[in-house]
Amino acid sequence: MVDIRIPIGLMFSIVGVLITGFGFFTMSNTEMYHKSLGVNVNIIMGILMLVFGLIMLFFAFRKKKKV
Amino acid sequence: MRVDLSWIDYLIMIIYFLFVLGIGWFLRKFMKNANAFLEAGRSMPAWVAGLAFISTNLGALEVMGMTGSGMKYGMLTTHFYWIGAIPAMIFLALFMMPFYYGSKARSVPEFLKLRYDEKTRALNAILFAVMTVLASGISMYALALLMENVLGWNFDLSLWVSALIVLGYTYLGGLSSAIYNEVLQFFIIVIGLLPLVFLALKDVGGWVGLKAQLAPIATARGFAPETFTTTWSHTGTAASNPLGVEWYGILFGLGFVLSFGYWCTNFLIVQRAFAAESKAAARKVPLIGALPKMFIPFLIIVPGIIALALSNDPGKGFVIPADPGGGLNYNLTIIMLLKQYLPAGVLGLGITALLASFMSGMAGNVSAFNTVWTYDIYQSYMRPRTGDEEADGKHYLKVGRITTVVGILLSIASAYVAGKFGNIMDFLQTIFSLINAPLFAVIFLGMFWKRTTGHAAFWGLLLGFLLALLHHGLTIPAGATSLVKGGWIATLHTYPVEMAQNFWTAIIAFVVSTTVTIGLTLVTKQKKSDAELTGLVYALTPRTLDDKDLKWYQRPIGLAILVGVIFLVLTIMFW
Repeated sequence: MVDIRIPIGLMFSIVGVLITGFGFFTMSNTEMYHKSLGVNVNIIMGILMLVFGLIMLFFAFRKKKKV
Repeated sequence: MRVDLSWIDYLIMIIYFLFVLGIGWFLRKFMKNANAFLEAGRSMPAWVAGLAFISTNLGALEVMGMTGSGMKYGMLTTHFYWIGAIPAMIFLALFMMPFYYGSKARSVPEFLKLRYDEKTRALNAILFAVMTVLASGISMYALALLMENVLGWNFDLSLWVSALIVLGYTYLGGLSSAIYNEVLQFFIIVIGLLPLVFLALKDVGGWVGLKAQLAPIATARGFAPETFTTTWSHTGTAASNPLGVEWYGILFGLGFVLSFGYWCTNFLIVQRAFAAESKAAARKVPLIGALPKMFIPFLIIVPGIIALALSNDPGKGFVIPADPGGGLNYNLTIIMLLKQYLPAGVLGLGITALLASFMSGMAGNVSAFNTVWTYDIYQSYMRPRTGDEEADGKHYLKVGRITTVVGILLSIASAYVAGKFGNIMDFLQTIFSLINAPLFAVIFLGMFWKRTTGHAAFWGLLLGFLLALLHHGLTIPAGATSLVKGGWIATLHTYPVEMAQNFWTAIIAFVVSTTVTIGLTLVTKQKKSDAELTGLVYALTPRTLDDKDLKWYQRPIGLAILVGVIFLVLTIMFW
């Protein structure tokens, strides 16, 4: 069957890139990040999601080669 | 209380919907017979089934309710995640799963049929089927109402769209699709709520700052200063903690009766382990689920506790909206926190996490309903197997698919009923939840005492249920205004809080059920031969070591020890 790590990895990578990009795009908007105590959570969470997504994809494809 | 979403938030949600449906689409070609559709072909790796196991339990009402309970009861809420879950999960994995999985039963009702008799199965199957439809209807109603009030979406539209998405992926890929999506949903719930915990903790000055802010609130309510940030310290008497239950009530009521009843017999949950690829994998499923389970309180209960501190600090401008009854609408706690801290982008992720939790809970109900209806009701009473395995597999696959559609339509109907007669639905759900404790008594006795008979099990189940009902009808929690909460026959006893009433109802159900089952077993004849009971009863099942090739940490026992140690460390840390 399908390896579930592939869709998870893909989705987290895509959304990660999207949120990181949005974070950079809105970096100068201090009013928007006033809520989050001045932290640009979009960049942090975006990168975290991208890294998680890539790890998932890495393990999914590493296993495939072995089989 | 309105939360405004921007284009990026909607975009994240849409990407999530596409992936969820996409998984169902890719799995549809593997659905060749009923076995693949309703049992996932018993092919799931332990980690996949284990995460699905915990994700099904993490429905939207659970997430919203537990954050709300965090605000009401503080760290005492973690009893539902630690003492009220972990020992039961370890017991299920080590002692019950070998018989469940080894029996080849496809559902919990079917296990009752194999171990006992037809009538015991029928009683359980029918109650269970009704309960799942009610549960998914109620959570669907709650979700649509939330979307209407908070996001300004149309009630009917959110109800139908969310139901149709769940229908889409469960219709296409059956249990496999539900399980795969639950794994995806699990990660989204964790990642989506993660920024909330960090920001909220940062805002109140970390754990130390939180403790300092909660001390005056606790003293003002007549509790010891650190009541809201401890778990067992202030459970000497019921009056010394906000939960209103003393330590032995928590230990026996929640830690034994309620949790073993829920985790060890609820097919909704156990079905995920049945789908595992081998007996060793099935035994690891609850343990793999237990690892994240122990840390979920930091994700959903701690923010609730922080909400309590925030709402007492006028400078923060944090308010929980009131419900129509005049009290606070605690279910909105998590949404209000998302609104307080998350800017566009991660806000969409947080809302998506709530949608994901709703879907994982609902798909769990739908797939369990499907299996029980198709195998335990349709196959048993309407159209038995013909002997032609291939044609049967195709036929029951078709029935399973139709049942998915019917099950979701029934859930939608019950969501509308819940909207019109909310109290009646709450009442019915309370009543059906009384089935778990007697069920645990009956299954436990069946697995570990070979003499237990079918008649005894049936009457144990029924009388345990009826007496619990009677107790609910004769007692009432203090301050209750509606008969839904109890006392609908007469009021013989008043409990200080609802939680205490719940605990004692379950304890009575369990004690009655155990007593009746043991008593009747002694006076009735065992109709099943030892050969028929092999694989179902502890004493008659040869113990084979199926995991001796695995390393210690890959074996169920190794994992169980790891889970137990972490559980003890957490309990002591937050004592």
